[in-house]
Amino acid sequence: MTLIRHELSLGKQTLFIWTAVIAGLMALCIFIYPDMEQQMQDIGDMFSNMGGFSAAFGMNQLNFGEFMGYFCVECGNILGLGGAFFAALSGISSLSKEEREHTAEFLLTHPISRRRVVAQKYGAMLLQIALFHAAVLAVTFLSVQSIDASPDWSMLALLFLAYFMLQIEIASICFCISACCSVGPGAGLGIAALFYFFNIIANLTESMAGLKYITPFGYAEGADILADRSLHLPYLAVGVLITISSILLALYRYHQKDIS
Amino acid sequence: MYAIQTFSLTKYYGSSKGIEDLRLTVEQGDFFGFIGPNGAGKSTTIRTLLGLISPTSGTARIFGKDIVTQKQEILSDIGYMPSESAFYQNQRVKDILTFSAALRKKDCTAQTALLCERFSLDPNRKIRELSLGNRKKVSIVCALQHMPSLYILDEPTNGLDPLMQQEFYAVLEERNRQGATIFLSSHVLSEVQKRCTHAAVIREGSLLISDRMDALGHASAKQVTVRGVDALPASDQIRNVQKTGDTLRFLYSGSPKDLLQTLSALPLTDLSIAEPNLEEIFMHYYAKENP
Repeated sequence: MTLIRHELSLGKQTLFIWTAVIAGLMALCIFIYPDMEQQMQDIGDMFSNMGGFSAAFGMNQLNFGEFMGYFCVECGNILGLGGAFFAALSGISSLSKEEREHTAEFLLTHPISRRRVVAQKYGAMLLQIALFHAAVLAVTFLSVQSIDASPDWSMLALLFLAYFMLQIEIASICFCISACCSVGPGAGLGIAALFYFFNIIANLTESMAGLKYITPFGYAEGADILADRSLHLPYLAVGVLITISSILLALYRYHQKDIS
Repeated sequence: MYAIQTFSLTKYYGSSKGIEDLRLTVEQGDFFGFIGPNGAGKSTTIRTLLGLISPTSGTARIFGKDIVTQKQEILSDIGYMPSESAFYQNQRVKDILTFSAALRKKDCTAQTALLCERFSLDPNRKIRELSLGNRKKVSIVCALQHMPSLYILDEPTNGLDPLMQQEFYAVLEERNRQGATIFLSSHVLSEVQKRCTHAAVIREGSLLISDRMDALGHASAKQVTVRGVDALPASDQIRNVQKTGDTLRFLYSGSPKDLLQTLSALPLTDLSIAEPNLEEIFMHYYAKENP
């Protein structure tokens, strides 16, 4: 637990800034919904009929005149992409920053096994993502209450669960990369962006639909979740498999690694 | 039981050699100097002993425990000071010291306060505000506060002012008197000669010699100074010749009888034969390998 507390202490500023920015943007989008509601009903058809562009963002399946349709596109992108960036940054810097900043030598010459370092750092990263998510969820709940919207709460919870799983998967992949090589935070952001674009490409082209199995944005596609009223289990199963594999590979690789 | 014992310890970084077939023993309670120039393999040896890097072949034991399979037990009783001290920039000195003690599951409060006072270290300062010397002091307190049985110190005085160096060695000598083993790597030969009872010389990853400090000087060579001579006869036993004015200074590794015979044929005006200092011993071993 010592290392978890230490990691939380080191990461508290980053966590606070990312949570404030994403929760703030979410609240802003929700607060402007009453003003946008009428306009959205008018332009909803236009948004839904822009061919490939609408398909790319799943807008062809959504009703913009309803709160959930609006939430999926506006807030979904903020939490989906913003949360993915935060998760990627948390994961990519977790282990590699120790080597980049030459603190690994200090840490690993204490009586703590490499496996315990990996486990506690991963635990700290999960806690940070959970705290981020809980804070954004709380702000979203209060914001929705304050505008008197009547969302489908079960769907809202499912969307948040999907984004939480997405963040864990991206963080785990980046954590694994961080255990294997010393890379900067830019690599994490790049990976998150790559997965986001994989989903767009999969939405645009039928022949590339298989990318949905690779990208966690596949099972966190708000339009699909609202339409199916559930997460697409095959995509989620692959995501869980990738997450577990990433953790195991990180454990194996970091245990073997020479610390330069 | 030996504090440190290596058995053909070898580390290659890809095809490049770090250390090879290193057989080193350090007795418990010893004050041991590990000397060699930059890149000789001192840090590779230390990092292998501490488990930061895995040996390519061979093994080592610390207090009889295997460095690979019993690493955690070993590390709990070691105080390590790296040559370059790096800590978490946004934390305060006290956070680092508390974190280090917590990782060791030890309450070091009294020792930490005592050491901070002895080394004039302000625990409330932020790490990023510290000079190289002050960061070194943090490293010293981290290595000493839990009262380990073995101190592994890599270039420990680099960046410390002379007063702090004196205080640092005073603490080490106290700990050594209490039974702790000190293993320090250095290329500052005078500090090794002054403080250590045993020393080993490493070159290009291989151990050249390891012996008692006095035996090292006695067994290696004599430092000879002659005046009134321009040149010396060619001999394999004469090395590291330095000429200043009419004075020649060299290391002689043969028998005293042969030396006197050689010198008797020269027009000397003055002669001095002495034990060499560690720097000369060091040069002797290096010159021997690079004639």
